[in-house]
Amino acid sequence: MKTRETIIEYLLKFAASITIFTTIGIIMVLLFETTAFFREVSFLDFITDKEWTPLFAQKHFGILPLVSGTLLTTLIAITVALPIGLTIAVYLNMYAPKGFRKIFKPLLEVLAAVPTVVYGFFALTIVTPFLQSIYPKLSGFNALSPGIVMGIMIIPFVSSLSEDALYAVPKRLKEASFGMGATRFQTSFKVMIPAASSGIIVSIILAISRAIGETMIVAIAAGQQPRFGFDPTVPIETITAYIVQVSMGDVPHGSLEYRTIFAAGITLFVFTFALNSISFWIKTKYQEKYD
Amino acid sequence: MTNAQKNKVIDKGFQVIGIVCTFFGLVILAILIYNILEEGLTRIDWDFMKNLPSRRPQKAGIYTAVMGTLWVLVLTTLIAFPVAVGAGIYLEEYAKKNKLASLLEINIANLAGVPSIIYGLLGLEIFVRIFGLGGSVLAGSLTLSLLILPIIIVATREAIKAVPSSIKDASMALGASKWQTIWNQTLPAAIGGILTGVILAISRAIGETAPLIVVGALAYVPFAPSSPMDEFTVMPIQIFNWVSRPQHAFSVNAAAAIIVLLLITFIMNGIAVYFRNKWQKKVKW
Repeated sequence: MKTRETIIEYLLKFAASITIFTTIGIIMVLLFETTAFFREVSFLDFITDKEWTPLFAQKHFGILPLVSGTLLTTLIAITVALPIGLTIAVYLNMYAPKGFRKIFKPLLEVLAAVPTVVYGFFALTIVTPFLQSIYPKLSGFNALSPGIVMGIMIIPFVSSLSEDALYAVPKRLKEASFGMGATRFQTSFKVMIPAASSGIIVSIILAISRAIGETMIVAIAAGQQPRFGFDPTVPIETITAYIVQVSMGDVPHGSLEYRTIFAAGITLFVFTFALNSISFWIKTKYQEKYD
Repeated sequence: MTNAQKNKVIDKGFQVIGIVCTFFGLVILAILIYNILEEGLTRIDWDFMKNLPSRRPQKAGIYTAVMGTLWVLVLTTLIAFPVAVGAGIYLEEYAKKNKLASLLEINIANLAGVPSIIYGLLGLEIFVRIFGLGGSVLAGSLTLSLLILPIIIVATREAIKAVPSSIKDASMALGASKWQTIWNQTLPAAIGGILTGVILAISRAIGETAPLIVVGALAYVPFAPSSPMDEFTVMPIQIFNWVSRPQHAFSVNAAAAIIVLLLITFIMNGIAVYFRNKWQKKVKW
């Protein structure tokens, strides 16, 4: 009986430690292949060269074009998602009738459940032609259309998590503000949002991190042309889209081209890891401010 | 206009903006679904479901992709379910509140934020190369299992946390061992919440494209897989392949396949929501 209990405990402990092995695995794999990559390519070139052409005869290994493509689409996405998501959060929390919030919060979360390949199709076949009808010079592949669509996809990240944060603000703050004769708008922006700011910032950071790692929308609708710059109307390539592009082809294991996807991957990992750590730090530091 | 009147106008104005924003997302979703239905609905028939992929768009079907998706889902569930639930039980019932426990916790939160394509790189190196599994169903399923572990672990922990300690104390007081208490009392009481998490995780896995492309799932597979070691494709990759082609007829195929994919995703999410509501109502301690 006793031994059985002990065996079970060890089995469960092993299951839990698989999550640790996963993290170690990710870091080891990325470091191992990237080290091999930097034996052939200088690190200085990697972070300063403004061209990324590992698949061409004239090879350049500057990550900047992929980074600028990633930041550009992310910036467009957050420009769409932040104002809309935050407005929804405030509206649902402060204005909407009681039943409304219960119905519309999960309904909006459907936006995040749609597979991203579907959004890619939507960006390429519907949003891009629509934008072209307004601005005819827009290329068939561009950063604008997938950026906007990605923004729509991450609206529920901002709206749901921010609403949770607003919901957690003690009622007495709201009532005190109303008692002073403030309107709902004044209470929202002068009392509630400042009080819930840590939770709202966390939701925004998570949405940014999600947009940086998003793959299929940009792989389908943004093109495959690494380009250093921030023009949203021309084809670009993101870090994630490059990894997909190489994976679709037949690149032999151990070649320099094979290693480029790990070098690109570790860049992506560093970005998202930093963002996730910041949000975790904010969450633990400011969590119980009002208890 | 006095200040008070001005404030009232701003307040009303924001209310209107709030309603517009809330419906904006839903209207976009409606436009998306409408366009896809309009484009693809007439393309769906029995032949489309059971035909093999083809270079001629009118003859191409999604049979291999659907079978590939089913294989991946079943294997992923079989691998991820026991590991994730085990990990959840350990963290909630066994782990002492020490450094290791908080490390595990931070680590799981962090894993949930790692982009899915990074899991693809992990799977490519570990499962495809080092384990020698190649671009097989098994390699893809192992990769997706790691991807959905954090989701199921978090759901399991929350479900177990919701079981009142009076139930556990009563069981222990009657002489049951720790594991007997977990197996006979805690888990049956928590199973609703756990299953909700599992269904949501699987519906996430159905839509995943990038990590499977990286581990080597193919865009064109002539036959449906018949063992875990066979090469495979899945529905999102088939859609990606069709979307990437210039001919309009393939775009119609993509829309038709998207209808099938969305239907599966929405049904699974619906089941999860139903499960959660029913379970929350029934269990009143």
